[in-house]
Order: sequence, then structure tokens, then C-alpha cells
Amino acid sequence: MMLEARDLSINFGGIRALDGVSFAMAPGEVFTIIGPNGAGKTTIFNLISRIYDPTQGRLIFRGQDITRVPPHEIARLGIARTFQNIELFAHASVLQNLLLGRHAHARGHFGEELLFLPRVRARELAHREAVEKVIDFLDLQAHRDSFVVNLPYGVRKVVEMARALCTEPTLLLLDEPSSGLSVEETEDMAFWIQDIRTLLGITVLMVEHDMSLVSAVSDRVLALDYGRVLTLGTPREVQEHPEVVKAYLGA
Amino acid sequence: MLNGLAVGCIYGLVALGFVLIYKATELVNFAQGDLMMLGAFTCYMFVVWYGLGYWVAFALAVAIVALFGAGLDSAILRRVLGQPQFAVVMLTIGLGAMFRSFASIVWGSEIYTLPTPFSAKATRLAGVTVSHEYVSIIAGTILLCAALYAFFTFTRVGVAMQAASQNQLAAYYMGIPVKLMFSLIWAISAGVAAIAGILLAPVSLIDINLGFIGLKAFAAAVLGGFGSIPGALAGGVTIGLIELFSGAYLPQGVKDVAAYVVLLLVLAVRPQGMFGSVARKKV
Amino acid sequence: MRFVFKTTYRQDLGLFRDGAQRNWYVVLGLAMLVVPVLVPSYLVDISLVFIYGLCGLSLMVLAGYTGLVSLGHAAFLGIGAYAHVYFVQDWGLPWVISVALAAAVSAGVGVLVGLPALRMTGVYLTIATLAFALIIQEVLTRWERVTHGLKGRPVDKPVIFGVSLAHDAAFYFLCLAALIGGLWLTANLLRSPTGRAWVAIRDSEIAAQSMGVNLARYKTLAFAYSAALMGVAGALFAHKVGFLAPDIFSVLLSIQFLLMVVVGGLGSLHGAVFGAAFVAMLPVLISEARDRVPAWAGQVIALAGKDAGHATFLGLDRFVKQPGLEPGLFGLILVLFILFEPLGVYGRWRKIQVYFSTFPLYKRATFRRQKTYMRSERLR
Repeated sequence: MMLEARDLSINFGGIRALDGVSFAMAPGEVFTIIGPNGAGKTTIFNLISRIYDPTQGRLIFRGQDITRVPPHEIARLGIARTFQNIELFAHASVLQNLLLGRHAHARGHFGEELLFLPRVRARELAHREAVEKVIDFLDLQAHRDSFVVNLPYGVRKVVEMARALCTEPTLLLLDEPSSGLSVEETEDMAFWIQDIRTLLGITVLMVEHDMSLVSAVSDRVLALDYGRVLTLGTPREVQEHPEVVKAYLGA
Repeated sequence: MLNGLAVGCIYGLVALGFVLIYKATELVNFAQGDLMMLGAFTCYMFVVWYGLGYWVAFALAVAIVALFGAGLDSAILRRVLGQPQFAVVMLTIGLGAMFRSFASIVWGSEIYTLPTPFSAKATRLAGVTVSHEYVSIIAGTILLCAALYAFFTFTRVGVAMQAASQNQLAAYYMGIPVKLMFSLIWAISAGVAAIAGILLAPVSLIDINLGFIGLKAFAAAVLGGFGSIPGALAGGVTIGLIELFSGAYLPQGVKDVAAYVVLLLVLAVRPQGMFGSVARKKV
Repeated sequence: MRFVFKTTYRQDLGLFRDGAQRNWYVVLGLAMLVVPVLVPSYLVDISLVFIYGLCGLSLMVLAGYTGLVSLGHAAFLGIGAYAHVYFVQDWGLPWVISVALAAAVSAGVGVLVGLPALRMTGVYLTIATLAFALIIQEVLTRWERVTHGLKGRPVDKPVIFGVSLAHDAAFYFLCLAALIGGLWLTANLLRSPTGRAWVAIRDSEIAAQSMGVNLARYKTLAFAYSAALMGVAGALFAHKVGFLAPDIFSVLLSIQFLLMVVVGGLGSLHGAVFGAAFVAMLPVLISEARDRVPAWAGQVIALAGKDAGHATFLGLDRFVKQPGLEPGLFGLILVLFILFEPLGVYGRWRKIQVYFSTFPLYKRATFRRQKTYMRSERLR
């Protein structure tokens, strides 16, 4: 069991954003959460990333309870995420963004870094090699030294994903990976997600609106509406489920 | 006791100016205290140099400083809309320094007194000597706050201002004259600062460093909650009273920094102050 | 168009972009060594530039790279200065140990100041640092046993390992060494994980956290390191001014330091040094201008009419002799830079470099920073 959510609930003031959400993910699968806007999908991600605290419920990652873990520990445990609105470091180059993705494995030793001892240099070179592997994987060579502010939206989304991959996660959270992308870019994204699963062996948890991408890539789908689980199953089952149809199209 | 209340009212008024600008435009105006100083000096100039009556000078000074505030907004501050907050903070600090310099060139760097109808008058009320100057401060603050409250509650302008502060582009699309709103807010805020300066003048005498009271008014604004107008006033009065009591009961020197200690405590323990709310980025 | 051709990762990791840039810096270093021979009368002023350079570096690390704007950094300068003088003159410690201790004390106070900062963002932090600075200034005034309060404390010339550095040139080299040391240490930090974590905190705290950056640790580290640099600068500053009084370390000085960072250009080490040079040289420039400009302007206008010329001279002369002019000029420069050149002097230098290196394909939009109009985007 890679990730298990048990009875997850959270209130924002008077609004119950999530109400008793439970699901379990197996290792190596691509698990997608769908639902209309405001259903609470990104809230689940924020709970896993520990940006919010749940009012109720537990999150268990590979047997370890991560419900109250400090936010900066999540990366070290092996969970990486991308953000819906792209939270890249705008005034840094792509390379520096990706190198920061290595931070979870780069415990800083202040004294050593101050003098830039040879072992710091060796570590830096090792990080650079790891980052270059990810750059090769996602074809970002052309943008290596560009500042993020100068890059087009599609490329930024790929950089966001690259940065998440640099943390060498076991679980990757992708928040709307195809939003704002053209048809070709979405196809590329589909191939990359499949490669991430098959070649890198990373489990993927995805929030997505684009149903073609969902059907093409996902193993199982969870449908949410108003913070509650509607159904859980294969993409075909979920798309044909009457409650899901009602939530999206109205009765 | 009255002394503390009166000083607190002044802090509250300056804090009110801060909060007004912050609520509308999300800028923190580090030059608020210096606007206060300019108001006091302008009134002094009208009374002493040109021999106008106190009330006429009062009204004129407030009007001029208000117009100046609006002009400041349209000429300078508009250009930094959308830049990171650091830039705006530095801008207002620089402007404050320029105002102090201007004041010292035009009016000189000595200390001046402003003759008012309340100076050096006192009445005995229930066995306590009450100085008219302090009463004028408190009364003036109450009147001003009532007027502002009415303005914001009963006109559409208040809502428009809030919209403009949340998302400037969207406010434009909704037909709100955002630029006019901002200039209006700056005018009101500058006017409030001028009134505070003129009310304070008989008590603390006028000199170019009058603006440093603005720093203590920060503490008042933060204590009250940076987005809350009644909070600013409540914060100001609280700080005034705290200073009074620390001056009376605590060792020497604590009184001067009491406001800052309070500020730090509030920021560390409860950043939203008494009435404010905490905002957070949605990812 | 110049193209930098790299063949190993080591080249990317180095302090200099390529051999040519390193050679330029070597030339600069040699020039600095020769300066005492060329302009011996200005050595003390140039030493102040180096000390201010350390200050600018300190604030650049905190505000430019980590995004924590401090309006009260002069307080750390004061702590470093007073602590050093106390350790050397009252406790009789050796000079080097005293400076190290002063830096440590300053760093300790920096950590204290940084603690509330962990819970605050943006302008609240700036206000908090201002409040701290005012409190520290008051403490320095009241703690008479250590600081001699308002009476002030005279400072002896530095004596390192038994060698007296009373001579101007010796002090110049000491300050130069300190600045180069500070620059090297900071550059090392900036190309390692710590520096990247700092930049991440500036640009997006939430993303930094999700990448494993412990916000509390790195913010505290930024405050401590910045304060330690200020502490060392404070020790040198004490020797330079020769007489310490609490009102030297005022909010006005903090604002001058911020001016350094803005004028120099946020987010670059060169900017810190440029800004420091600018702010240190400004009073000198102003006083020279005070003496020369009215006469010169009067002569120019006199070409039109002798009376007008004389009147101009008198008017300008009276104007520039005003005592309150200097802070106003500082303010004006600050405002002009924010309005028209937010990237600072170094930013302008980079733009000129890029213009020439990409001629005729230069695009003005290369350096345009994106403006954020939505409040929700500005919160970090």
C-alpha cells in the first residue's frame, strides 16, 4: 500500500472542503482524482504536502503515519508534487530550480559550504549529474540556463515536473499537468507520465480535468464532488457512473 | 490619564491613515508620519506667517496636504503598482526623507509652537484639571472617526475601494475608476495625517522630527490588526495607555521603547492583532 | 557576440564564468593593491567604502537573496562595534578573538531577531526589524557599563598580533582583506545548497518547503550569517570612526544600507559593492558639489547677465548650505532609483553588457520583471 487516506476531512471556516474521503493506492499505479471545480482535489494534495492540517482522518504513506509530519520532511520521505499555478522560482534559471529539487538529498553543512571544501564540490557535481539525467529524460536541454520568467507556459509546466522528479520520489503528485497545454503538449505529457511509471517506477497520483488524458494513462480513478467520494474504479467505470455524470452535467 | 488617552488618540489617527492606505492599495506608507509633520507645519505657516485664523488655517492645511497626498499617488505611487512590496516600502521611506528635508529648508530646523484657541487653557472638572489641548485631541479624533465611519458605511465608495485592493485589473473591468479610488484614499489618508499633526502640535511642539511618531503608530496599527479601521484606533489608545503606565511604574527608558516591545510581542504571538485577519496564498 | 564554451560541470561551479573574467578580477585586485601609493589622502574614505561593502553584503544576503527585508541592520553594526571595543579594551582580548566574539554576539542577536521572523512575512517583518533596531539602540544607550551610554567611547587603533595598524595604509589593507574574505565566503554559500535554499525562500516559500527546505533553519541561518558579517564590519567601523556613540547607529544609517542594496541592485554581490561605493562616496560628492556648484552655476548664468548670475550664485549658495539637505538627497536618489532603475547600478551595467554582447539583437524586454496585480499572487 503506497498511500492510504482514511476518513480525511478538513474545514475552512464554515466550509467542509473534504468530508470523509478514503482511498488507497497500490505501488506503481497511476491514480487520478477527478471532479468539478471546488470538489476538494487540490485540497487533498495540500493535505499530503502538509500545507494544511486535516480536522479529521489520517494519511499513511508506506506504513508511516504522515498526518502531522512537518512540511519540509515530506520530500525526504519520497513524496514530490507539482502545483496547479506553477510555483517555480521565478528569478532563477531552470538549472537552479532543478538543483533545488535535489535539496531533499542535499543536507547542507553550513561550515563546509562556507569554505566550499572539496567534498562539497564533489557533492555539487553529483547533484548536477542527477539533474542532467532528468533534463535528458524530459528534453529540457535547450532551456537549461534560461530564466524561468522568460519561458513559455508549456515549458514551465515541464520544468515544474522536472523539479519534482529531481527529488527522486517514490510517489509523485501531479496537479493538473495538462491545464494550459496544447494538444501536442498534452500528448507529450501522457507519454511522460507513462514513462515515469514504467521506466522510473514512480507511483503517480494525479488531479486532472482532461478526460482523454485520464482514460489514456490512469489505472484507477476517484471521483469527488463537494468534498465527498462519489465512486472509485477504472476510468471506464467511473465515466459511466450515473452520479459522476450528474455532477458534471447536472441531472 | 487624559494625557495618555490623548497621545493614544494621535497614534490612533496616524495608524488610521496607515490602515486606510493598506486596505485600499496594500502599500504600507512609511511616510505617513512625515505627512503629519507637513500638515502641522503648513498650519503653522498659515497662522504665524500669514496671520490667518486658527480654524481657517486648519481647514486650508488639511486641504492642501490632502491634495498633496492625491498628487503623490497619481504622480509617483501609481508607477510602482504591481512591483514587489519591498520596492514600495523603499519608495515611501525615500519620500519621507525628502519631506523632512523640504520642511527643514522651507521652515527651518528649529522647534516651533502653534498658537491655538486651546493653548494653555484648562478647566477644573470633577476635581481634576483638564487641559483643553488634550480634550481637543480626543474630541477631534472622535468627530473624525465618526465622519469616516459614516463615509465608508453609507457610500458605495468603500466597497469599490475594497474591490480595487483585491484585484486591480478586475476592478478596472468592472468599471471602478481604480486610479481615482486610489487617489481618493491617499487624499483622505493624508488629510487624516494632517489633522493628527495639527491636533498634536500644541502638545508636542512642531519640528521636523515630528514624523517619528509614525513609528509608534505602526505599533498601534499592527496591534489593532493591519486591515481594521476601528482596530487602528483601539490599538492607538492602548499603546498610549501602555506608554503612560510604563513611564509611571517601569524603569526609565522603557517608556520610549514600550510601543516597540508591544509591536514585537503582537507580531510574534498574534500577527493579526486584535481585529485583523490572516491571509494566505492559495496553491 | 561572445559565447562561453563549457566542457565540464566544474566550469559551471566555479566562481568566475571563464578565464577572461577571472583575469579582469586579478587586474582589479592588483589595482587595489596599488591604490595606497596613488591616492594616500583618500585611504580612510576608501576604507570606509570597504567597510560599507561588508555591510551591503550582509544586507544583500538577507534582503536580496533571502527576501527578508531588514530596516534595522545598523543595530547589528552597533552591537558588533560596541562588543568588539568592550572585548579589546575592557577585557584585553587579542584583536582577532575579539572580532570573532563580536561577530558571534551579533549573530546571536540576529538569531533572536530572526525568531519572530519565522512567523511573519513581507512588510510585517520589516516593521519588526525596525522595532528591534529601536529597542537595541535604546539598550545601547542605557547599558552604560559596557557602552558608556551617551558619553561615548573612544576607540584605540587596532593592534593585531602585537603589530599596531595605526597607519592608514595598514588599515586600508585590513579592510580590503575583510571585504574580499566576506565576498569569497558569501559566494561559496551562494553556489551551494544553502544559497539555493535562500533564493527559494525568497521566490516561493511553499514550493521551497515541498522540496524539503526547512524554512525555520534557513531563515535563522540567513539572519545569523548576515548579522555576523555586520558584526565584523562593526568592529572595523569602530576603529575607523575612533569614537562610538549610540546615535551613530540610527534608523537613518539603516536606511542608507538599504539604499546601498537598492542602488547596487538586489540579488547580486557586485551590487552590494557598487551600492556601498555609491553610498560612501555620496557625502563626499555632496560636499564637493556644495562648494563648487553655486559658483559654477553663477558663472554660467552670468553669461546671460551679470546680475542674474550673481543672484543665482547667492540663491544656490544659500540653498546648498542648508543642513537638512543631505537626507533629502538620499531620499530623492532612492525614489529615482526605485522609479526608473529598480535593478540598480549593477542591473544597468548588466543591461549595457548584454546590449553590447547581443548587438544588434538586444531586446528591452529581457530584463522586464513581471508585475503582479493580484493580491493573492503577492502573498508568499
